[in-house]
Amino acid sequence: MQGLDPSDLFRVRELLSDDERQVQETVARFVDERVLPIIGEAFEHDRFPRELIPEIASLGLLGCNIQGYDCAGLNNVCYGLVCQELERGDSGLRSFVSVQGSLCMHPIASMGSEEQKRRWLPAMARGEKLGCFGLTEPDGGSDPGNMKTIAKRDGGDWIINGAKMWITNGDLADLAIVWTMTDDGIRGFIVEKGMPGFTTREIKRKFSLRASVTSELFFENVRVPDANRLPRGEGLGAPLSCLTQARYGISWGVVGSAIACYREALAYAKQRVLFGRPLSHTQTIQRRLADMSRRITTAQLLALQLGRLKDAGNMHHAQVSMAKWNNCRMALDVARDARDLLGAAGITVECCPIRHMLNLESVITYEGTETIHELIVGRELTGVAAF
Amino acid sequence: MRILTVIKQVPDSNATIRVAADGKGIDPAGLKLVCDPFDEFGVELAIQLREKRGDIEEIVVICVGGEKAGEAIRTALAMGADRAIHLNDPKFESTNELSAAWTMAEAVKKDARGFDLTVCGKYNIDMDGGAIGPALAEYLDLPHVGAVTGLEFAADGKSFTARRRIEGAEEVVTCDLPALLTIEKGLVEPRYPSLPNLMKAKKKPVSVITAAEVPDVGASIAGTDLVKLTPPPPRPDCKFVEGEPEQMARELVRLLREEAKAV
Ligand SMILES: Cc1cc2nc3c(=O)[nH]c(=O)nc-3n(C[C@H](O)[C@H](O)[C@H](O)COP(=O)(O)OP(=O)(O)OC[C@H]3O[C@@H](n4cnc5c(N)ncnc54)[C@H](O)[C@@H]3O)c2cc1C
Repeated sequence: MQGLDPSDLFRVRELLSDDERQVQETVARFVDERVLPIIGEAFEHDRFPRELIPEIASLGLLGCNIQGYDCAGLNNVCYGLVCQELERGDSGLRSFVSVQGSLCMHPIASMGSEEQKRRWLPAMARGEKLGCFGLTEPDGGSDPGNMKTIAKRDGGDWIINGAKMWITNGDLADLAIVWTMTDDGIRGFIVEKGMPGFTTREIKRKFSLRASVTSELFFENVRVPDANRLPRGEGLGAPLSCLTQARYGISWGVVGSAIACYREALAYAKQRVLFGRPLSHTQTIQRRLADMSRRITTAQLLALQLGRLKDAGNMHHAQVSMAKWNNCRMALDVARDARDLLGAAGITVECCPIRHMLNLESVITYEGTETIHELIVGRELTGVAAF
Repeated sequence: MRILTVIKQVPDSNATIRVAADGKGIDPAGLKLVCDPFDEFGVELAIQLREKRGDIEEIVVICVGGEKAGEAIRTALAMGADRAIHLNDPKFESTNELSAAWTMAEAVKKDARGFDLTVCGKYNIDMDGGAIGPALAEYLDLPHVGAVTGLEFAADGKSFTARRRIEGAEEVVTCDLPALLTIEKGLVEPRYPSLPNLMKAKKKPVSVITAAEVPDVGASIAGTDLVKLTPPPPRPDCKFVEGEPEQMARELVRLLREEAKAV
């Protein structure tokens, strides 16, 4: 009988196709060679590692599950594995790719006009044009249906007024997918950098997702031509469908953070000698490591089944909620426990757990807080919305 | 110009190697295998030549290895090689370098047109051997330039000047094609295969050759036999010297002299 791989106790890798495994290995190598050597420093200095964008783009990671328009056209399990490997590097980097692909390229591909697709998608896949997604507002992200940013018709144009808050990639972006309230309900627009009245401001003093840009967007009488409206971007369902895509990727991504923390904790426990024996020889440490391994394994299986459902066209958004909730909670708990297991060494960015742990505080909050996902599952079970 | 690039699949340099129960191989459980990084230099060189010059007709990868080695082949195809020759038969010895080189030479000889340039890594990181290149050159009757760090082709593309670092100097040699080069680290930086190219690589032709088509010579050709693999001995415990700096220095010197016998 073969021995067990401590990083893949249930041989989940064997459930992947050759294609999927090769995709994972290619991205893993990129992360090991290009991301891990610089990411601690980037996080420490509150810097998004922009220099990685050309290689991320040439690898084909941007919008990689979109068909056509120079996108890689991979299946959703591959996209999940891309997220997992990137987030094993850092949640900030995965967030960049999620926003570009799932929150910006996806709505253009699924709700945009042919002209919008041709204009933006190939350039976005090449990383030449970057996007951000503006849904959350200063007054309450969990309740986007009550948004206060408004768009009013003015001849053939629209005039947008309002503000968006906590917007990933905001200051980097050449275009913003902006959700607004109109007389006919919610509508989505492509607002371009440089349009008069559209400004951004980076949010500083974050202790989480420091290797990622987060911004406020301001709209003061911004005139946007109707050609920039997403023709099928109508109603609250439209932005929520983008979130379903991104949340799907997050369910996979956070498994990567957890694996990074678990591996570091395991290596440390084996080598740290206290009371005359390695930490890993004590019962409570073994229980904690076993628990990390158990939770990572179940999260992997959950993500994989979600991916198979999505590839078969059968994924339900409540399933995405359960996976996002379970896997973010798992990753945050694993990161915190790994941080603790490293003792004082665990409080510096020399070791990865504290960085992942701080990042995951954002990841468990954005794209629907843990509570909101519990309530979505609850609504599905009872048939009653309690939020 | 037709280019042949030799690749081998080896354990990842970060992988923890466990010796298999029979003491003659490596335990495959959870072992990550990759295309040898030195061989990747060869593939990258071939692709860069194609990008620079208009006359590269074909880039062919050749590999001795089992089913799993198909993954390394696919990486090379995704990087930009056109097709592959996979010598896949349990009878072929991929770890015995002379035998592997012999097998490859036999397969190459089946192609009457031959290759103008054959490239491979300076050595393989798994067994630390460096015989594949020179042996293949010998069996194919080609001139061989080893551990190349610089390369320039003549205007007519029929000869080249190669640089190699040797102890205390740099050697510059010229050579006519056809020839075989082995590549040293630093000549080129291999690219990552893009995900779309990984998918396209599946459709590139791979001819699988078995011992039915190419005579296997087994280990006999090497004149050596692998007897046993043993893991390196565990590192001895670290000794901490404590006390005032002067005391510590004195104690350290004493230990180095009396226990380690290093000074
Ligand atoms: C780093 C970062 C990046 C982000 N990037 C983006 C982006 O790119 N685009 C974008 O649009 N948004 C983005 N967000 C915003 C994110 O989606 C919101 O922060 C999130 O939806 C929560 O909204 P809120 O912060 O306003 O919290 P609130 O909605 O005010 O929630 C506060 C608390 O109340 C709880 N709560 C809310 N409703 C209920 C209820 N009915 N019952 C019980 N409890 C409830 C929540 O769970 C939470 O604990 C980002 C956030 C962060 C931190």
